[in-house]
Amino acid sequence: MELNSFLLMRHELSLLAVILILLIAEIFISPGRKKHIVSIAIVLFGLHSISGFFPLADSELFGGMFRSNELIHFFKNVLNLGVLILLLQSADWIKEKMTDKERGTEFFILLFASLFGMYFMISAGDFLMFYIGLELSTLPIAALAAFEVMKRKSSEAGIKLILSAAMASGVSLFGISMLYATAGSIYFDEILLNISASHLTLLGFLLFFAGLAFKISLVPFHFWTADVYEGAPISIASYLSVISKGAAVFILMILLFTVLKPLMHIWENLIYVLALATMFTGNLFALRQENMKRFLAFSSIAQAGFILLGLITGTQLGTATVVYFVTIYISSNLAAFGVVQAISSQTGRENMKDYEGLYRTNPKLSLVMMLALFSLAGIPPVAGFFGKFFLFTAAASQGYYLLVFLAVVNVTISLYYYLLVIRAMFLRRGDDPIPFFKNKVYMRIGIVLTVIGILVLGLYSPLYDYIYELSGILK
Amino acid sequence: MIPGVSITEILTLTSILFFIGVYGFITRKNLISILISVELILNASVVNFVIINKYLFPDVLEGVIYSIFIIAVAAAETALAVAIIINLYRQTGSVEVKDTQVMKY
Repeated sequence: MELNSFLLMRHELSLLAVILILLIAEIFISPGRKKHIVSIAIVLFGLHSISGFFPLADSELFGGMFRSNELIHFFKNVLNLGVLILLLQSADWIKEKMTDKERGTEFFILLFASLFGMYFMISAGDFLMFYIGLELSTLPIAALAAFEVMKRKSSEAGIKLILSAAMASGVSLFGISMLYATAGSIYFDEILLNISASHLTLLGFLLFFAGLAFKISLVPFHFWTADVYEGAPISIASYLSVISKGAAVFILMILLFTVLKPLMHIWENLIYVLALATMFTGNLFALRQENMKRFLAFSSIAQAGFILLGLITGTQLGTATVVYFVTIYISSNLAAFGVVQAISSQTGRENMKDYEGLYRTNPKLSLVMMLALFSLAGIPPVAGFFGKFFLFTAAASQGYYLLVFLAVVNVTISLYYYLLVIRAMFLRRGDDPIPFFKNKVYMRIGIVLTVIGILVLGLYSPLYDYIYELSGILK
Repeated sequence: MIPGVSITEILTLTSILFFIGVYGFITRKNLISILISVELILNASVVNFVIINKYLFPDVLEGVIYSIFIIAVAAAETALAVAIIINLYRQTGSVEVKDTQVMKY
């Protein structure tokens, strides 16, 4: 392999450079000036995100273990932007709470390491690279979930995440070993040639699917979600619900649409059942949540159910709608989590009751929250509507009319609980409303960027055309 | 190849190991025991990979290399889990699930 071909991994190399620079900065910056590391990390990561937009040739490295194409590049850029917004939103929390305990740099290094793992996971060309990427993306997040070491809930979230993640990856590995036994290789290309619907293959596929379903928190594997979101720091809950889920959906889509395409008559039915179970469970449990983080956790479970509607199709349209929906979902969910984080870091209050009368004291924040919830629910002028609409179109184009009908029923249920929050903010006068506060600069930029995303992504149609064109690669 | 031992017997052994792990993960009430159960599951897949490689596809060492990576990653996973358990123990003085849990489903 020539040295030049390494440059085809530009995303990975530049992120690795960011991590190394931060490690060195941690050594050389004196303890009194550790606050600057937040700005350094954000600027470096911003440069890294910009460098991702320059064109890059398709590649297949390490004998096919690592491969990437334009669709994967596009998705890496989406993940980059998501993480950048997330960093802006959590910058003040790190500055105020973490840097004086000498723990600011760790946060960035672990977060970037996890993103690094996701890059490798989504450009994996065989099961070994996929497994290493999956673990590298999960382990730092478990450490970050337990990041607030003095809080008992945070440690509990960490142990729940690490144990269930280890269990899920173990089950997944057992499934991969069966796929290996039947196909004779761990390379995706060779598995595609040798795969057949024998019993052992099916068992292997089911076990393997369970591992990824855990990451996306589909319904029988969703028990960790609410507890981890509640206990972990908000930026980590936000990361788990958008970036980690988005990357897992993406690699699942690639695997289902390419390697496991010969088993489509099997996984169609599986996804049909899981989509229904996930939507109904997520929505019905979200109805009775009091804590905003738990509420958003169940809402994100329900959204995962909607994403499955695009996965069930197995067509170019399906690919395009899933990628488009995930892009929109990242911006709208980050907006919702951003507002929750702003309020929590200023006042430490996270319950839905605390939001009563928010419009009177903090009109701008409550407007952002309203836009985010409308986008999650899918109300026309904002981006979320278009994302859901296209997903339903994709499923309907393959003749899944009943599934689409039930999904629309679920949208109605979800509208009810999203409106509960909006009612609390706009119509109720709370006894003890959150007092007026001004956000810091980073937080403000982070929230404004998500609002731009919510308003623009849906109306700017060349974006969808571009994604549709890229999706042709996945055949 | 191990003389006198067929692949079916070894795969049966690993399947039993796997299900003991799953059973332990669900029923144990102690965080360390849960961790041990997870290790059982991971080791079942390690043996699976090596045996499948050795018996079915002995030309290429894909399975053996895969198992080395699983062992390394499992070690990292255990280290992290133990670190979090120790932190939890400092706060609650116990590693029983019922004492450490404050969030209920």
